[in-house]
Amino acid sequence: MAHSGIDVLTMGSNFWRLLGGLWITIRIALVASIIGILLGSLLGILRTLPNRPLRVVLRLYLEFFRIVPTVVLLFLFYYILPKQFNLNLPANQVATLVFALWVAAEMSDIVRGALQSVSTHQREAGQAIGLNYWQLQRYVLIPQAWPLCLPATVNLLTRVVKTTSLLMLISVMDVINIGQQIIEANNKTDPNGVFWIYGIIFLFYFLINYPLSRWAKHLTQHQLEATHL
Amino acid sequence: MSTPLLTVSHLEKSYQKTHILHDISFDLDAGEVLTLLGPSGSGKSTLLRCLNGLEAFQAGTLTFAGEVITQKAKQWQQLRQQIGMVFQSYDLFPNRTVLENILLGPLKVQKRSRETVLPEVEKLLQQVGMRDYRDAYPRQLSGGQKQRIAIVRALALKPRLMLFDEVTASLDPEMVRDVLTIIRQLADTHQMTMLVVTHEMDFAQQISDQVLFLADGRIQEQTPGPQFFKRPQTSRAQNFLASMDF
Amino acid sequence: MSWAIIQQSLPLFAKGFVLTLKLATLGIIGAIIVGLICSLIYYFKLPILTPIVTIYTEVARNTPLLIQLFFLYYAFPILGWRLTASQCGIIGLIFLGGSYMAAGFTGGFDGITKSQIEAGQAIGFTRWQLARYVILPQGLALSVPALAANVIFLIKETSIFTVIAIPELTNTALDLIGMYYHTNEYLFVLVIAYAIILIPLSLILTYLERRVRYGTFGH
Ligand SMILES: Nc1ncnc2c1ncn2[C@@H]1O[C@H](COP(=O)(O)OP(=O)(O)OP(=O)(O)O)[C@@H](O)[C@H]1O
Ligand SMILES: [Mg+2]
Repeated sequence: MAHSGIDVLTMGSNFWRLLGGLWITIRIALVASIIGILLGSLLGILRTLPNRPLRVVLRLYLEFFRIVPTVVLLFLFYYILPKQFNLNLPANQVATLVFALWVAAEMSDIVRGALQSVSTHQREAGQAIGLNYWQLQRYVLIPQAWPLCLPATVNLLTRVVKTTSLLMLISVMDVINIGQQIIEANNKTDPNGVFWIYGIIFLFYFLINYPLSRWAKHLTQHQLEATHL
Repeated sequence: MSTPLLTVSHLEKSYQKTHILHDISFDLDAGEVLTLLGPSGSGKSTLLRCLNGLEAFQAGTLTFAGEVITQKAKQWQQLRQQIGMVFQSYDLFPNRTVLENILLGPLKVQKRSRETVLPEVEKLLQQVGMRDYRDAYPRQLSGGQKQRIAIVRALALKPRLMLFDEVTASLDPEMVRDVLTIIRQLADTHQMTMLVVTHEMDFAQQISDQVLFLADGRIQEQTPGPQFFKRPQTSRAQNFLASMDF
Repeated sequence: MSWAIIQQSLPLFAKGFVLTLKLATLGIIGAIIVGLICSLIYYFKLPILTPIVTIYTEVARNTPLLIQLFFLYYAFPILGWRLTASQCGIIGLIFLGGSYMAAGFTGGFDGITKSQIEAGQAIGFTRWQLARYVILPQGLALSVPALAANVIFLIKETSIFTVIAIPELTNTALDLIGMYYHTNEYLFVLVIAYAIILIPLSLILTYLERRVRYGTFGH
């Protein structure tokens, strides 16, 4: 093959442009995860309260984000925010918002599950020494629930990273969108470039996600061993 | 004099670095009941599991019915049809009825015909008082009933040796007697060769031809049953019996 | 929101609905088959095949479906492999879903208690009989909850097929929006369409989980 197309990667600033796109992808994933985890933890705690209407509302919030595919969520916010709420956000902020709300929904369920699995015994022991509601959370429940949440949270992070591939759909200048621009610009001279560009993007995603999923697996195994003792 | 049914000589067993069984040697004649007594953690279960191929051992030889056991998977699979084992936790297959649990071995492993096996199994079920439960699922049975079925499941293969590992340890007191009676009948009327691990000292005294006393993974003494319970040879065994209120 | 606009769009949505169901069904069936085979290879540690399965599941699980589809649709033709968009969609879903299903089955097999396996060995089962009478029935029953979650997940993933212009539900809605700009109406129908598929399905799957667990383990 005289022209394998690999030079598309090395030509000009192409590789640096791809890395720039990757950085935008990572930044959105990171910001959305941080906001989502914080908000989701709060919602998760609220879902353990004895307040029934609140629980129902938060449950509906979770189910909505579980049922509607993320692609659809992106378009919902992308189209509806400016139209109904007159809120004209740039695409990458819309995406950050959607991902954060989605992460918060999933996180709320992880946190609720973990809090409820901390035994009632512990809860009562805390109440018996006179802790109030937030003290009980702060000193007894959260420290015990936190390690239980960790594997599922890391797993959620890998899902967030994979979901960032959808950013291009609402024309965020992410790594995939930039990759497509490079492919189009070089299509005449380098028809095989498509293979290398998608190949390198594939690799980028794998390199970010593989360590995360290994970590999640490690944490899960650790937990299994701990609970079997 | 005939050769023993089972000969264990110089058996050594360790898990990674920890040595569990040291230089275990004994004979078991056909028709004999040997009980294995000893404090918790002394290695009784481990020894039984070695005799059924559930654990590999590092040194020593097992001879069963004149045949040296080479620890090959294929050979164990054959031998297990002649060496039945019953566990503390019964472990019936939850998705199969009582009858199916019992028939799997004779029909699938031994490839015998249903017509010949069924009458035998019904007789066994009758003997353990479980005839009316043949179509029940394990979840519908009490612990004692499950354990009786587990015993029948092992016996249905017509084994020449039975291994019992604390089969009454997780049963309610009322259930214990039923199960022990079944094991005693097996010894008395069927002359079944058995190796029994138990914490029920009265039962052990009634049933034992020989007692093997194990502590720290070593055989401390091997003594005929009646004598062991009257006058054990070692002070460790004396202390052990005293601790069991015996 | 206008009912007339919604009504006019329904025939197109119905087509997308059917296509979504069809592609998802084919993809999920394929994924279950691939996943089961991989998990059995993994469970029995078959030589040569085990490392291949491990590499496949790690690659498939750790990369987005969207890039997998782009590869199939845009990059594979360069190797002389030309597939229709729908074929790419189904293959992509099987590739991704197979790894998820494999993990689900593996979790089920790992959940079988050691004592059940020993009980089978103790009555003289061969390796194959042990698989047939203990490992498969119990492992499959234990993996049902994970498989059910994967089914829901994979149905939602079909929405990504829009990137290679397969006219499933999401693509239908986006096309309509592009042509007629009735954003609210079309997005509303789209969300309802997914709800119609997923809400009853997840109720059925929950019921099924309970039935299988009771039928197998009695609690
Ligand atoms: N899988 C294993 N790995 C490492 N050590 C083990 C394992 N199984 C058992 N042991 C160790 O081997 C020793 C003997 O255990 P075993 O279960 O045979 O004792 P036992 O005499 O049956 O006790 P018990 O009366 O409590 O049932 C114990 O110290 C135990 O910790
Ligand atoms: Mg024991």
